Amino acid sequence: MKISYNWLKEYLDIQVSPKDLAEKIERSSVEVDSVTQPSDGLKKLVVGKIESLRDHPDSDHLKICSVDVGEEELSEIVCGAPNVEAGHKVIVALPGSRIGGNVKIKRSKMRGVTSNGMICALDEIGFGKDVIPKEWSDGIYFLPDDAKIGEPVFSYLGMDDHLIDVDVTPNRGDMLSVYGVARDLGAIYAQKPKLNHPSVEEVSSLAADKVKLDVNADLAPIYKMRIVENVKIQPSPLWLQIKLWNAGVRPINNVVDVTNYILLKYGQPLHAFDFNKVSGNTIYARQAYEGEKLTTLDEEERELDAKDIVIADSDKAIALAGVMGGLNSEIDDRTTTVAIESAVFMPTMIRKTAQRHNLHTSASQHFERGVDRGGVDEAVDAAAQMMHELADGDILKGIVTGSSYDVKDEVVQVTLSRVNHVLGTHLKSDQVSAIFKQLGFGVTLDGDTYTVTVPSTRWDIHIAADLLEEVARIYGYDNLPATLPTGPTTLGKLTEKQILIRDSRRLFEALGLNQAISYALTTEEKAGQFMMRKSAETQLSWPMTNDHTTLRMNLISGLLDDVAYNNARYVKDVALYEQGRVFYKDSADEVRPSEHEHIAGAISGQLVVDPLQNAKRNAVNFYQLKGIVEQYLQNLAIEGDIEFVATDRYPEMHPGRTADISIHGHNVGFIGQVHPSVAEAYKINETYVFELNLDALLEMPKKMNQYQPISKYPAITRDVALLVDKNVTNAQILAQINKKGGAYLKSVHLFDVYQGKNLPNGKQSLAYTLTYQNPNATLTDEEVTKAFDKVQNSLVSELGAEIR
Amino acid sequence: MTLRDQLEKIRQEREQNIKDVGDLKKLDALRVELLGKKGPITQALRSMRDLPAEERPQFGQFANRVRDELQTTIERRRDELKQAMLNKELQEEKIDVTLPGKPVAQGQPHVIQQIIDQIEDLFIGMGYQVLTGPEVEEDKYNFEMMNLPKDHPARDMQDTFYITKEILMRTQTSPMQARTLEKHDFSQGPLKMISPGVVYRRDTDDPTHSHQFHQVEGIVIDKHITMADLKGTLQLVAHELFGDRFDIRLRPSYFPFTEPSVEADITCFNCGGKGCAVCKYTGWIEVLGAGMVHPNVLKMAGVDPEVFGGFAFGLGPDRFAMLKYGVDDIRNFYLNDVRFLTQFSKKG
Ligand SMILES: [Zn+2]
Repeated sequence: MKISYNWLKEYLDIQVSPKDLAEKIERSSVEVDSVTQPSDGLKKLVVGKIESLRDHPDSDHLKICSVDVGEEELSEIVCGAPNVEAGHKVIVALPGSRIGGNVKIKRSKMRGVTSNGMICALDEIGFGKDVIPKEWSDGIYFLPDDAKIGEPVFSYLGMDDHLIDVDVTPNRGDMLSVYGVARDLGAIYAQKPKLNHPSVEEVSSLAADKVKLDVNADLAPIYKMRIVENVKIQPSPLWLQIKLWNAGVRPINNVVDVTNYILLKYGQPLHAFDFNKVSGNTIYARQAYEGEKLTTLDEEERELDAKDIVIADSDKAIALAGVMGGLNSEIDDRTTTVAIESAVFMPTMIRKTAQRHNLHTSASQHFERGVDRGGVDEAVDAAAQMMHELADGDILKGIVTGSSYDVKDEVVQVTLSRVNHVLGTHLKSDQVSAIFKQLGFGVTLDGDTYTVTVPSTRWDIHIAADLLEEVARIYGYDNLPATLPTGPTTLGKLTEKQILIRDSRRLFEALGLNQAISYALTTEEKAGQFMMRKSAETQLSWPMTNDHTTLRMNLISGLLDDVAYNNARYVKDVALYEQGRVFYKDSADEVRPSEHEHIAGAISGQLVVDPLQNAKRNAVNFYQLKGIVEQYLQNLAIEGDIEFVATDRYPEMHPGRTADISIHGHNVGFIGQVHPSVAEAYKINETYVFELNLDALLEMPKKMNQYQPISKYPAITRDVALLVDKNVTNAQILAQINKKGGAYLKSVHLFDVYQGKNLPNGKQSLAYTLTYQNPNATLTDEEVTKAFDKVQNSLVSELGAEIR
Repeated sequence: MTLRDQLEKIRQEREQNIKDVGDLKKLDALRVELLGKKGPITQALRSMRDLPAEERPQFGQFANRVRDELQTTIERRRDELKQAMLNKELQEEKIDVTLPGKPVAQGQPHVIQQIIDQIEDLFIGMGYQVLTGPEVEEDKYNFEMMNLPKDHPARDMQDTFYITKEILMRTQTSPMQARTLEKHDFSQGPLKMISPGVVYRRDTDDPTHSHQFHQVEGIVIDKHITMADLKGTLQLVAHELFGDRFDIRLRPSYFPFTEPSVEADITCFNCGGKGCAVCKYTGWIEVLGAGMVHPNVLKMAGVDPEVFGGFAFGLGPDRFAMLKYGVDDIRNFYLNDVRFLTQFSKKG
């Protein structure tokens, strides 16, 4: 809401600049979005008087005006406005001036005639089209007759005011009015704001004789009305129009403007309607009927239901309560009898109605945040009195009440020690009393206890904590000391699991992978790819975009999106890992998925980019990624054998280049090449990936570090080269060697793999080094030879190997 | 010529010969020739028996000295030659030290992870536990127990991804306040906890909005925790994360789960507090929300607000990273462009 600095000055003695005032508001009350002046960016716009005008010789609509702009000679200005007329004072943009939209005005020729500037309409000097009064929407604006020729126009249009745009939090609905802001500033500056209260000049006939109210108090706990007769509809005085347009409200006429003005001033939405347009003399506030139709003032026909509150006469709805009036009872130029409704509607119902009809009006926003329930009468009184003064109306005697209740001040207690205990201050009792008084609260002190009486203008305050906030903000957060919590010592440390997760991240980084953080919400298709287990999917009930509808059940798809993003930008070498959650559901009717920590990686191109190497030859392959995963698993020191078992069970993976990873028989993840057709769909180059169930790894027993004595006795090695069928795997050979290796076989290492030329078709050659060692004695050659022969023989007999 | 004179002559001539030798092989040959069994020194010593007995010891001494001197000269020459050879070799081995080093594999933590780790370490040092909660949360914990009943207007402030009416993607890490408060045994001491994690909002992704981002929730509940403690704690966060020249200020704000509620601003990164376009000429930038835990939140979690109280805060690592490194588009954090990821060395 834009609050006028000049308007505030009517109630407070403000000695600081608008900017400083805004800063004070921000530091003590609510956030300030901006401080602006309507004249910002405008210059050399002056009052001119059209002394005479004549037709342009070469145009049927342009006029050449002789305008007095306060200089020795009259200026000739060409003007095409339909309402241009001699004798009026107008807004003149002089040559060299700047008008709205940062447009510079120069002396220029218009169809051969020199124009010394421009006569302006309001929208040309920065007025929003939605605030310009209808009568001025299609032509130049006429300034008041007493405007001084040659002077800047700004002061005549309120454009020299400063507007403080406050961003009011939901609890501070009271700050959505000039009075509310004035009261808060009064508290901050320890001033009593000079707020005026209306006295109503009524005629003798009773309003209650004119109108009856039938109100459902569950919908409208307070509902009141005044009737003003014999009003003369006309434009409002300029001072009122200025207040409205500076607040972003379009001036309409002296009755509607009054209601809008009262809303700005008091924060109480009013609804004025033409009483002669309603049937009968009873006004109802009731639930709408299912399917009931109402055309609101914005000329939209709306279909209502029982969750909407309507104001109605005996046969039709005439307003959508608290949101917008109905067109059928609109105030127009012929209106003479005005009904002014001042009410409180249920905030949640108004909020929902506004949402349902997508109709967020100033009134609905106020009702949603609550209004001062004690101010309903004053608002309708002030409105009626203004209609008397501005529209010559006769105010019928009395306020007619449809519903009401005794609005009581809230009484809240708090102790001084509580204040200091929670704020960490050493405030004295009179300091705290003074703050409550500045806020306009009643206060009595009994011993240590304050009994604070909070007026209805601050309906957000109910409990002691609310009072603590008031004390803190008025005392000033800058004045609070800065300390650290004291008290019993607590142990701060990461849990075992957290440490392992951190370690996992460090390890993959040390192994060359960059940490990625991808989106957990993805497409339904991607969410269900690369699945390590069966799971139903979890979908958003109302997603924002098609790209993010379903919770991921794998991390790889997100990483592939990342690879695609990079590949599309000609970044070919991508090495990423991600640690995060996947979301599984055992069955579709399970509502809430279980969350599991996974860690996954994807490498495309080269892991280590070496410009001196051939990029293609240096590109990642299965074994490089496997080395990374093996190194990681080794670092985790998990107890149990780690196996890589060829698998074709992942439809998104290369069927011949993928392995399940199992530890001690438990599947913990997989590794391999992304299926070329999947890669194509993702628009990525050849990519290798792995995904591990981190939760499972973290829970597995870890090897205890125990010292292994280093043998004093020498080790003896034997090499063996085998020619075997291509489908015989390294794992098979290793298993066979280990099985028959004997007591002293310490380790086996593969040192050569060869497939290709010079070998018989379908064969491959593998070569191993076997290391023998006896921890307790020196092995003899004979012992080793004997053991080695046994291994060789078994390889021949069991795997059909040919020893080379 | 006496034997002695002969020897002296040999010494002089040969010494020069040795110095003139240009390679090790020739030097070795010369050594054999000179000092070998058939060499002149040995010959001279053999001829010694022709001398009168009283001269022999003196001559013997002299001959030995000559031999030693020649030996020394040879050795010195050998060292010289060796050194020269080595120098030549080293000269030939010269490399271009300006050629690039061999690249090694080295990945980096994500910049947001770096910030989160830093926050964790800071709070662990102050005795806080680190707890993580579910990303798919119940309405009860995300809203209701945070003092946001179903019809609360503040629910409009944050648009929520619902899965069902009661299950949603958490919009904040605050539900961990309720979850830990419910469980904490205050007889075992105060609750001091931070909870980092991913949160989700129903937002359209643009430079300043992301439907997924991070938060670090913090809460301290004990018998004597003050708003001044909150201020001091947040000041420490600013100093540790950004540097000593950064200060914070508190402003009133509103969160349903704290009362009083504050917004904390930090000294503008761009101008250092002087005022610039980034901070809208205020010198301050809004970075986090905090406050004293609302009595209703404590009550709903079964904690007596008359006895216990404390503060809570929510830090935004994404926002911190954007401010600290001048990142102007939050989407960068989730697109994982390698050229972006690798810019943030650990001790930036
Ligand atoms: Zn700045």
